Amino acid sequence: MNPLLLFVFVLAIFLGLELITKVPSQLHTPLMSGSNAISGITIVGAIVAAGEGGVLATVLGTIAVTAATINVIGGYLVTERMLGMFKRGKDA
Amino acid sequence: MEAWQTFAYIAASILFITGLKMLGRAETAKRGNRISAVGMLIAVVATLLAGGLDYTWIVLGLVIGGAVGAVAARRVQMTGMPEMVALLNGSGGLASMLVGWAEYVRSDDLLAFSAVAIVLTILIGGLAASGSVIAFGKLSGRLDGKPLLFSGQKVINAALLAVAVLAAALVVAHATGAIASGGALAFAVVLLVALALGVLAVLPIGGADMPIVVSLLNSYSGVAAAAAGFVIDNNVLVVAGSLVGASGLILTTIMCKAMNRSLANVLFGGFGATISAGSAQMEGEVKPLSPEDAYFILEAADSVVFVPGYGMAVAQAQHVVHELALQLTKNGAEVRHAIHPVAGRMPGHMNVLLAEANVPYEQLVEPDDVNPTMETVDVAIVIGANDVVNPAAKEDPGSPLFGMPIIEVDRARTCFVLKRSMNPGFSGVDNALFLKDNTRMIFGDAKATITAMVAAFKEG
Repeated sequence: MNPLLLFVFVLAIFLGLELITKVPSQLHTPLMSGSNAISGITIVGAIVAAGEGGVLATVLGTIAVTAATINVIGGYLVTERMLGMFKRGKDA
Repeated sequence: MEAWQTFAYIAASILFITGLKMLGRAETAKRGNRISAVGMLIAVVATLLAGGLDYTWIVLGLVIGGAVGAVAARRVQMTGMPEMVALLNGSGGLASMLVGWAEYVRSDDLLAFSAVAIVLTILIGGLAASGSVIAFGKLSGRLDGKPLLFSGQKVINAALLAVAVLAAALVVAHATGAIASGGALAFAVVLLVALALGVLAVLPIGGADMPIVVSLLNSYSGVAAAAAGFVIDNNVLVVAGSLVGASGLILTTIMCKAMNRSLANVLFGGFGATISAGSAQMEGEVKPLSPEDAYFILEAADSVVFVPGYGMAVAQAQHVVHELALQLTKNGAEVRHAIHPVAGRMPGHMNVLLAEANVPYEQLVEPDDVNPTMETVDVAIVIGANDVVNPAAKEDPGSPLFGMPIIEVDRARTCFVLKRSMNPGFSGVDNALFLKDNTRMIFGDAKATITAMVAAFKEG
């Protein structure tokens, strides 16, 4: 285990707080579902557990891959759908 | 980890950062979402190609999860979006929790640091997962939306938290060999308590506070992914998870500010359940109006502001609202939709509904934009909103809503309130707006009422 990850963690939190200031309220929901899809990155850990674990770890990993994939695919697609509905007056 | 894999994860991280930044601006949001999706694809492919993996179960999970996610995203109604977001938060939290669990099962000797990371992943992931399930239940109406409070709630939560910390310490102690046995039992306790805490944390929170809960759970699902990154020693999880955690936190803060309340007050307050009668005496009388008479006032109006609330979502009235707006525009009026940040059940709920109905987003305005011009507004039409237009927030220091920024429709020349009955809003606070001289109440189903107004315009 690598304590340097703590360094990355703290920097990434600060980066996130700087990155997303002043979001217009019409983007609140897409920002939530879109960022939620990003949190599906845990799929990386799930794939490893499902692919190289023992029996129990494989079972847990497979459920984790399923849940994370729902999160990723559902999150990106629903965000895409919502953003597709936001139209300016001229193309409405 | 091979060098190429490290580079792939760095590329993914950069795409997530860029994508998230672009997602925060209207002009770039769509591209931002796609850029972040490409980052995810790169991370997944890099993981799959790492070698030494048995693909059988991975593919099964990917196929099932992909199918469920795609179907859900296509089928969900815009009015059902709060539940959908809750479900997505929950699946992310669950996945992180399971990753932590699987790593615990498969490692024989854990270092203290890893063991701490595992219990944190289980706690945060489990809380996000079970909390989201309860939020889903409340948002979809399967559970009662009212705050559920019972005596000793805080004591039980505090005790459970203490048990979780103790059990977590035992897991770490066992992993590092400080104690010989009991590790598995302590681990099971951590798992169960995490799930129980999620349930107990969301149950006491009522419907109108849901925007805060949903954005907070969003934040948790991110932090859980970051914690899982510590468990499997992977930077991309830490970076991506932290970004989501931060963005969820920002949204949560925006929601709290829009209600003039602290986060602690929302989480522990059980708002709406404890409030007794308001301090100010209500004076005046209710002045009902028929949709047909409302038409004559609207017909003469030059400036109209719609103020939608959760009631518009319930009545599915967004499409007829747009139709009425079109009629008003054709009649020469300037039409705007004023949206309060906490209107509805999740951040941005009203924006999504109106976008679905093809309302161009230039017509959507925030309270700060519309309030200074309120004197020049001929008609403000409140549709199923209540607390966000309650003048007590400005006038009555004794009101529980006092200090909350509102849309000041009471200052418009005329105010129509579309409402089913005279029942108070979610907070249980009476609304003096309904009795003001310039307010007209139009009782009945919002959709039917507005449809009648549209019909009057078409005939007129």
